[in-house]
Amino acid sequence: MNAKHLLSSLPLLAASSLAFAGEGAVADEWKWLTFLVFGGIIGLTMYITFWASKRVHSTSEFYAAGRSISGMQNGWAIAGDYLSAASFLGIAGLISLYGYDGFMYSVGFLVAYITVLLVIAEPCRNIGKYTLGDILAFRNDPKKTKTIAAISTITVSIFYLTAQMVGGGVLIKTLIGIDYEVSVIGVGILMLAYVVFGGMVATTWVQIVKAILLVMASLVLVALVWAPYGFSLPGILDGVVHNDGIQKQVAKLVGNAATNMTPEELGQRFLEPGLFLKNPIDQISLGMALVLGTAGLPHILMRFFTVPNAKEARKSVVWAMGIIGGFYVLTLFLGMGAALNVGPANIIALDKGGNMAAPILAQYLGGGANSMMGNFFLAFVAAVAFATIVAVVAGLVLASASAMAHDIYVGVIRGNQATPDEQVKAARISSVIVGIVAIVIGIAAKGQNVAHLVGMAFAVAASGNLPAVFLTLYWKRCNTGGIILGMLVGSFSAIALVMMSPNLTYPKAIIKDAQAVLDGTPAKDAVPAKASEGFVCELFAVCQNKEAAKPATEAKPGAIEKLAKLNEKMATLTVPADLEKAKKDAGKLEKDIKKAQDDLKKFEGQTTSIVGLEKPLFRLKNPGLLSIPLGFLCVILGSLLYRDKRSEEMWDELYVRQNTGIHAEGSVAH
Amino acid sequence: MSKSAMNWAAIDADPRFQKLHKRKTTFLWSLMIISMVYYFLLPIGTAYFQDIFKIKIWGPFNVGLLFALSQFIVAWAIAAIYANRANTEFDAMAQEIINDAHNIK
Repeated sequence: MNAKHLLSSLPLLAASSLAFAGEGAVADEWKWLTFLVFGGIIGLTMYITFWASKRVHSTSEFYAAGRSISGMQNGWAIAGDYLSAASFLGIAGLISLYGYDGFMYSVGFLVAYITVLLVIAEPCRNIGKYTLGDILAFRNDPKKTKTIAAISTITVSIFYLTAQMVGGGVLIKTLIGIDYEVSVIGVGILMLAYVVFGGMVATTWVQIVKAILLVMASLVLVALVWAPYGFSLPGILDGVVHNDGIQKQVAKLVGNAATNMTPEELGQRFLEPGLFLKNPIDQISLGMALVLGTAGLPHILMRFFTVPNAKEARKSVVWAMGIIGGFYVLTLFLGMGAALNVGPANIIALDKGGNMAAPILAQYLGGGANSMMGNFFLAFVAAVAFATIVAVVAGLVLASASAMAHDIYVGVIRGNQATPDEQVKAARISSVIVGIVAIVIGIAAKGQNVAHLVGMAFAVAASGNLPAVFLTLYWKRCNTGGIILGMLVGSFSAIALVMMSPNLTYPKAIIKDAQAVLDGTPAKDAVPAKASEGFVCELFAVCQNKEAAKPATEAKPGAIEKLAKLNEKMATLTVPADLEKAKKDAGKLEKDIKKAQDDLKKFEGQTTSIVGLEKPLFRLKNPGLLSIPLGFLCVILGSLLYRDKRSEEMWDELYVRQNTGIHAEGSVAH
Repeated sequence: MSKSAMNWAAIDADPRFQKLHKRKTTFLWSLMIISMVYYFLLPIGTAYFQDIFKIKIWGPFNVGLLFALSQFIVAWAIAAIYANRANTEFDAMAQEIINDAHNIK
């Protein structure tokens, strides 16, 4: 395949992209190819599960793969666990629509591993066994801390899992047109098979295979995107600056300011910050949740128990950072490639959030929607996305099941008296329960706004789990009282702030927008800039926040009026090209009207969000800025107010063991 | 190595362990602070130093892109520096303590 040939197929894509919007990106005649590729990847993971099932007998094998995974293997598995559909498809999509800001997003996801490497991985490996609860219970009251750790683990995992299930169901539907419910059940059953039969061994290897496929697919796509520019960095950036579609997208994003800008300036603006992330305080808040939250995610913590010792745990983070960082650099090119070749407008037409950028770029690079290679590429990326969701969900289910079976059932209910057989049985039964819950939640949450859930998982992990783990490892006076108070207050404040934030759906705003689309907006006078009445006002909607000046705007006609005028005009048009264009515009208007009417119908009579607010009370999308310090503060306060002899007595042992690895859980010889 | 034979308080007080603890603490905190400061310069820079971020240095390649890419290099460098020092120095110090742990009373 040479690059010239690939470029010439663009019109094909533009023509076909509208046709398949309804029933999946793959045309019917190529469905067999999709199923072949999906079948191949599912078959491979099933073979891994079959092979793994023969090696999983004890609890150590079920939860921690017998601690026999090497550092390098674990690094790949961490990457496989971490690079969820959100980061793989989502970030490439954000870059394709918003340029620089999309790329900035990915930096935090990598820097997060510095925290994991420096303060979490090795100590946790040295003193922990299978779960977050084990780490906290080492020097604190075991039953109390295991209970709260288990609740937190299950909460964080369920948030994360719901986002994956809903996102996955929508994605599979958009890609290959399989019904939402069918794909959710499919993901659920596959993931259950891996976890129940193959435990951590199968989960690890499925994650490794998926990470390798993902990196391979991205490398091929990036090579194809970059080759026409002779692998020159300024070359491809020049292409971006001079691309018509990108210039139009920037013009749309910057609004009125675009009138004074040359096309090149508009293109260059794509490579500058500020098109997507507009609130610096919110960005810092997000950054805090990312760099501290990753180290508190139970399914990531759990991965460090699968290696033989602390040295391998360290090695696995270094590998993971190499893979994850390298992958995010590739997404920069994937995103720019999609913007260059497919165009932001076509990407938005398929999915508003840009999630289809990478798959549709693959189809284009393979030769377009009507070629066999194009559809093979698309099928391959779709299958990798599917494998991604299944692998991430499997890791999450395993983490929740370990909290349920190992912390709650074995640790709290049975007081550590369960036999090895009972423990493995409890682990498998818990996996089935969590798996079924995941499927039910996935189906129940169909069509719901789940965008806030991944952010919430990170925020709870950063505000509840991390302060507890960090202070129990490094602060002598930390004790049970601090752990319980800190985890409760940190987690609840994070959840509460998100529930009051702009992430939720506010029916009043949607109804207003829909009405404006249909009926148009009246002329408005200019509004002068307003100053903020203080820092609190930038966080909470209780007083005046700063607002930029708004210029006077003219009245805009609604879509209904525009469509009527367009129809009148069409009757007079004779030139075929003009008529064609008018028809296209009319189609767009009809679509807008339909969407606005659907929104009006969906939210008819509703005035408040699910927590009863008419508009967001908390102005930031990310709660970390407040909830993380609050979490730390409460661990400290709780520890100072509570006395716990065991926490004090165990400090020397904990500190020596986390630094030296004496008596660390050893690996199981096969 | 039986678990009851360890005198943890004595190991903690042992000069070799104290030396490991001090070196590790200083080193880890320095790296952690450097990496956090460097990372948060990115959102701060994009918000308050946009004019610097827009300066073109290599065709359309600007300071902002360079800075974002440098975040990857810095993160990798910090990981490499830590892993290197831990592999060569901390592991050996810990091993010495482990070997002698029974005799520290």
